Amino acid sequence: MKLVVAVIKPFKLDDVKDALESIGIQGMTISDARGFGRQRGHTEVYRGAEYQVDFVPKIRIEIAADDEQVDDIVKAIVSSAKTDSIGDGKVWIVPAEDVIRIRTGEKGPDAI
Amino acid sequence: MGMDTGDTAWVLASSALVLFMTPGLALFYGGMVRAKNVLGTLMHSVFAMGLMSILWVLVGYTIAFGPDAFGGLFGKLDFLGFSGVSSDAAHPAGLGATIPHSLFALFQMMFAIITPALIAGAFAERIKFSGYIAFISLWLLFVYAPVAHWVWHPEGWLFKLGALDFAGGTVVHINAGIAALAAILVIGKRKGFGKEAFVPHNLTLTILGAGILWFGWFGFNAGSALGASGLAVSAFLATNLGAAAGACGWAIAEARKDRKATTLGVASGAVAGLVAITPAAGFVGPMGAIAIGLIAGVVCSWAVGLKFRLGYDDSLDVVGVHLVGGLTGALATGIFATAAISGLDPAAGNGLIAGGGFTLLGKQAIAVGATLAFSMMLSLAIAKLVDVTIGLRVSEEEELSGLDLTQHSEVGYALSDGSGLSISHAESAPAPVHSGATVTAAVHVPQGGEA
Repeated sequence: MKLVVAVIKPFKLDDVKDALESIGIQGMTISDARGFGRQRGHTEVYRGAEYQVDFVPKIRIEIAADDEQVDDIVKAIVSSAKTDSIGDGKVWIVPAEDVIRIRTGEKGPDAI
Repeated sequence: MGMDTGDTAWVLASSALVLFMTPGLALFYGGMVRAKNVLGTLMHSVFAMGLMSILWVLVGYTIAFGPDAFGGLFGKLDFLGFSGVSSDAAHPAGLGATIPHSLFALFQMMFAIITPALIAGAFAERIKFSGYIAFISLWLLFVYAPVAHWVWHPEGWLFKLGALDFAGGTVVHINAGIAALAAILVIGKRKGFGKEAFVPHNLTLTILGAGILWFGWFGFNAGSALGASGLAVSAFLATNLGAAAGACGWAIAEARKDRKATTLGVASGAVAGLVAITPAAGFVGPMGAIAIGLIAGVVCSWAVGLKFRLGYDDSLDVVGVHLVGGLTGALATGIFATAAISGLDPAAGNGLIAGGGFTLLGKQAIAVGATLAFSMMLSLAIAKLVDVTIGLRVSEEEELSGLDLTQHSEVGYALSDGSGLSISHAESAPAPVHSGATVTAAVHVPQGGEA
């Protein structure tokens, strides 16, 4: 099992969610995140005073997945979150030792 | 002259409008501070509604509008506690000849509430609440009330000189603006000023506050006609145009400099226009009002940058907007005033453009200079006195934690239910410290007889 983590542009969340649902993914967790990569930050101006904001708002998505689902998930995220402009984000995959559904106590792939 | 019900009704309504400006100011300022200081900043305005109302009735009013003493310097104590302030007859010196004296005193009370609260924007995010209370109380009695007497009482020395101030350009805005500068010279900069970004935490509050200020300002200026008259309508129109042109002026200046107009800029420009039209409202026509608003919007958008160049920390730009806007308006009154609008004698009511020459402009300059000098010196003295006695500034640790928690034991935004709050142990009955506190499973409520 794997944990797929993606950091995307906030306005792409609906597209990514639709793409994941269309390949049969049944659950995900999102959180508000802030960060920067090659895009760096942006400038804000208040009463003429300019401030450099290094960390820009992003959405972080986490999906616990069975090994054979991972490629499809990554393809769905990459194709739906892509805008071809800088700051589109990243996807990474980490191994998940076990997954437990709290309500039933099911473990492993059954819990996904 | 007898009482007029129409005039009385309008000034009653105007008094309510002016009072409403103070919660508007609270939101205007509250949105511009960091989230940890939002309640402390709102409190500066809201508590002024409480304390200044009472001080005005007890002592402030009679210093400002009591029978003249010492050749126009301040009023005698005849109206202490509003004694002798009649609800059946007008002010004995004819201030608002067709409305009850008590109504005039009440209308002026609303000005005495908002003016000290205006200063609070300058030392926001670092002032101690007790120090703030002491500062504005002394300031109301020793600075605001005398200047109001000079300018508005018929025996006041600036009134007799012939300086014009329709609704408080000198008394309210220049006075509060220079006091703000004095206070921040004593209290010092916020920790991190000029190095860290102090970004407004909620500009939606600020925009709503600016809208409420604009709305209430109709009472401030058109109410200052002290009657439901053509003059009130003229002042109302000038007020709207001043705000409108101020908003446009700031937006244009910003778009030229930074390529974008900001909502904070437009809200600030509207307030700058309102400040500048205040002394001129009943004395200028619509074209003069637009000119004054535009000038104020452009000049104030430049003036708010001075603090970074000169190195004083005026948190919310009271100096840049109220002092500079007030100076602009007071001097512009000497340029754009026209007797055709105000109904004054042409020798007294015509400014430079209407053919009055430099006479009125000179008188305006004297009024401005006197207010600046007097208010600066006394405000410095009061701030210093408070600083060495009870203290003006919070500790460094309190400043970092924020005023909400350290000065008031509250937070503005409890964004999560499970924030770990539990009812603290009390000697007798359980006393919630926070009406919004979530009672968690960990709560331990002492029961009678428990060890």
